[in-house]
Amino acid sequence: MSLLKQDDRITAETFLEGIWRDNPVFVMLLGMCPVLAVTNSAVNALAMGVATTFVLLASSVLVSLFRKLIPKEVRIATYIVIIATFVTIVDYVIQAISLDLYNALGAFIQLIVANCMILGRAESFASRNTPMKSVVNGLGMGLGFTLALLCLGVVREILGNGSLFGLPLFGDGFQPWIVMVLPPGGFIVLGGWLLFFEWLKVRKQELSGDEEAVHGS
Amino acid sequence: MEVNSISFIFFNAFLANNFVLALFLGLCPFLGVSGKLETAVPMGLATTFVMLVSSVCAYAINQVLVTFDIEYLRLISYIAVIASAVQLVEMAMKKLSPALFRALGIFLPLITTNCAILGLALFQTFKEYNFIQSVVYALGAGAGFILAIVLMAGLRERLELAKLPSVTQGAALSLILGGVLSLAFMGFAGLGA
Repeated sequence: MSLLKQDDRITAETFLEGIWRDNPVFVMLLGMCPVLAVTNSAVNALAMGVATTFVLLASSVLVSLFRKLIPKEVRIATYIVIIATFVTIVDYVIQAISLDLYNALGAFIQLIVANCMILGRAESFASRNTPMKSVVNGLGMGLGFTLALLCLGVVREILGNGSLFGLPLFGDGFQPWIVMVLPPGGFIVLGGWLLFFEWLKVRKQELSGDEEAVHGS
Repeated sequence: MEVNSISFIFFNAFLANNFVLALFLGLCPFLGVSGKLETAVPMGLATTFVMLVSSVCAYAINQVLVTFDIEYLRLISYIAVIASAVQLVEMAMKKLSPALFRALGIFLPLITTNCAILGLALFQTFKEYNFIQSVVYALGAGAGFILAIVLMAGLRERLELAKLPSVTQGAALSLILGGVLSLAFMGFAGLGA
């Protein structure tokens, strides 16, 4: 019993792993389609991030609440139906709030259903943990996802449009790199970010390696 | 060409609006299974088959939903149909070719969350294609998916032999390659709508 309690504890790690160590986009490469498709401006990226986070949170709670009732054989189908329900809600809510945003995001709101990050979380976390813990973890994951989308959206909007959140940054002389807001830009910017993180990791390893060498001698 | 002619729909989905490289659909298998040609080709074929089945089913379901005026159930019923079609392919493949079944591993059930398939079903509904147009659209999208994943697998097989700095190994380079491929495919943009 005491062991089980230990498992149910919510630590800072539960929240933080989604933001940095297991970032769904930069580390696990999950849910790539919306990451590349809707990040041609920072506003779209933010809206997509928030919508995905909501679906992730709501479906985590429901999956976690019913985790002991769902038969193992049909669990994936059940998760998908739960997720699809919340996506339908988000779809209608966004349509009601801002039609411009709805048109800009297009089919990608409905395609949140097929975001493998959400199904992955339901399968590997929410179905094994208490609702409270799943919410904390889902919040971290959602935040990590939103931040990653923003990282891409900001770079692509600045380079491709010369603006940020719709506000122009440069003078009239700025020649926008149109390719950045087109599909190839998405691939290239994400590739660039991944290179950057890989470089950071290698550098960190080298630094800690040097320290060990110093201590060793 | 007529916007709704059969050949236009096919080439639009195949090249000009390639599902992977222009619409960003189905990126998970595109990045995940494109390491080797031997797995890329069957993956492409399996995805195309599921696309075809779900396109036909989605067309039928949409007719029913429109008749009863319950379009808000569209998303849920589409994804349920896709999940069952994937299950069907999985069972068939397990029976016909167990080796292939093992090689594809986790990516086979993951076809369910391949947004290219759900995207296809949704787009054909938005575009109000009739039955034949839907089937052709599915075939074009499937062919486009196979083309993209096979090109990528070929490139990555060659890359394994190249000398690269350690930082660039892994997903980063695949994405930049995808970017270059996508740039090349922009050349077809003039064909599309």
